[in-house]
Amino acid sequence: MNAQQQSSAPVFDVNRIRQDFPILDQEVNGHPLVYLDNAASTQKPNAVIDAIASYYRRDNANVHRGVHALSDRATQAFEQARETVSQFINSPSSRQLIWTSGTTASINLVAYSWARNTLGKGDRILVSWLEHHADIVPWQMISAQCGAEVIPIPVETSGDIDLDALAGLLDERVKLVAVGHVSNALGTVNPVSQICTMAKKAGAKVLIDGAQAVAHWPVDVQALGCDFYAFSAHKLFGPTGMGALWGREELLESMPPFLGGGEMIDQVSFSGTTFNTLPFKFEAGTPNIAGAVGFAAAINYVQSIDREGAALHEEHLLNLSVQRGADMPALRRVGAPRHAAGIFSFLIDGTHPSDVGMLLDQQGIAVRTGHHCAQPLMEHFELPGTVRASYSIYNTVDDVDRLFAGLEKALRLLS
Amino acid sequence: MSNSTNPFGYTIKAEDVIETLGFFDDWEDRYKYIIDLGKELPAMPEDLHTQERLIRGCQSKVWIDSSVENERLQFTMDSDAFIVKGLIAVVLAAYNNASAKDILDFNIDEYFQQLDLMQHLSPTRGNGLQAMVARIQDIARNAV
Ligand SMILES: Cc1ncc(COP(=O)(O)O)c(C=O)c1O
Repeated sequence: MNAQQQSSAPVFDVNRIRQDFPILDQEVNGHPLVYLDNAASTQKPNAVIDAIASYYRRDNANVHRGVHALSDRATQAFEQARETVSQFINSPSSRQLIWTSGTTASINLVAYSWARNTLGKGDRILVSWLEHHADIVPWQMISAQCGAEVIPIPVETSGDIDLDALAGLLDERVKLVAVGHVSNALGTVNPVSQICTMAKKAGAKVLIDGAQAVAHWPVDVQALGCDFYAFSAHKLFGPTGMGALWGREELLESMPPFLGGGEMIDQVSFSGTTFNTLPFKFEAGTPNIAGAVGFAAAINYVQSIDREGAALHEEHLLNLSVQRGADMPALRRVGAPRHAAGIFSFLIDGTHPSDVGMLLDQQGIAVRTGHHCAQPLMEHFELPGTVRASYSIYNTVDDVDRLFAGLEKALRLLS
Repeated sequence: MSNSTNPFGYTIKAEDVIETLGFFDDWEDRYKYIIDLGKELPAMPEDLHTQERLIRGCQSKVWIDSSVENERLQFTMDSDAFIVKGLIAVVLAAYNNASAKDILDFNIDEYFQQLDLMQHLSPTRGNGLQAMVARIQDIARNAV
């Protein structure tokens, strides 16, 4: 809660931004749409929609193999996109940026190629209670195969990772710490740079699930000091089914390919096959070329707006929600992280999150309800799930007003 | 068991739900009606809230118990969400106190279409309607 922030709303021209997102201009159930499910997926600006359409209209062909003009253009667009995404997270080189279908696939790639081949009995992987299933289940799956153990890092009731408990867990058995940069369930911004320092000291590698972070502020993988960083395009105004894994070069070099097929090979013969170099050895098959083009367009878009203003604007909407929530006796915020990013998770006393979600939908307000793919966290806090409003750059103070008016109406209907 | 106090399939049948819902022209009234229907479900004893009676595929918890009396299936269902309880009532208006054959013959899609006034009756939503219906039909199939 921040009183100053309420009195002076930051100057950020949200109405200009809204014009870039055609989907926002529609009615749902007879009301202008209020889209507050940005943590699940963000909407796409015209720049992204047009880049994908234009790629298919003018340049489409397969990459890296043709001798013809279209294949060459497609390859250039594809590799230029890699450069753009790579620079976006300040990677030393685009060789370290592997295209995947999203955060989930990125984490699975590390689990199957690195962890399964490196870890064994007695080794430990630490993940926090806050994690999304994508940062829990792959580790459990490979642990069942290689004999390692997945251990949860405790979380305080505020929704912050308990750093003292983490320090206590970090011994020589720990080979990997896998934590989210921002919790999709509570919005907690984890002190990942500090976690990297702590893990390094203990000799463990660190993977950061950056799915929820990249949309909010610039990420610098070198400054963070992590070993792997996983993220998705669709949480960053880009297309779905597209993402990337960034990794330290020597680690990626040491890892065997995970999927076999075309594109990832050097020479194939029945007497032995050799593999392509980075990043291609991890990119078997025809990739999502239009996805890469859209991903880069999304990043160019994000970099064309006032990012700092956008972040302050989102923070303002969150602070406003927390204040309004405090004034509503039936509303109970879930978690109160020291630093939260755009996510307001709550319960309405005496109701189930799904009741609230359905009644908000009737009023044209889109929120997410349920466990947010974080069942261990919900179980830990003994919650049936939460209602989650998640803000993005195009949300307005009016959206917050509509949310709270919608909640009052839902409460009247349910009581 | 407690089925004697269950109005669904007895005094409140599918036709009644269709008729009453069609009467409201405001979504708030329709939801109020559905929520109130849910409140008429007889209470399910806590000890029946077991893992085996839980229906998967619903965002809220939905439990189901059944018995056969005079060749008619009697269902006891419950949920931890108000609107879902209302949806259970809507489903039981069609299925409770019916024979297994009638349950399997009942055109549930048409019923939901007639209730189209409520988008949330659409089986594609995360409301678990599809899972509830599948479970009831399963029980009916086993009872034939
Ligand atoms: C924190 C977090 N990790 C991982 C994921 C998975 O992302 P994707 O579904 O794009 O692979 C999500 C999104 O749902 C998320 O919020």
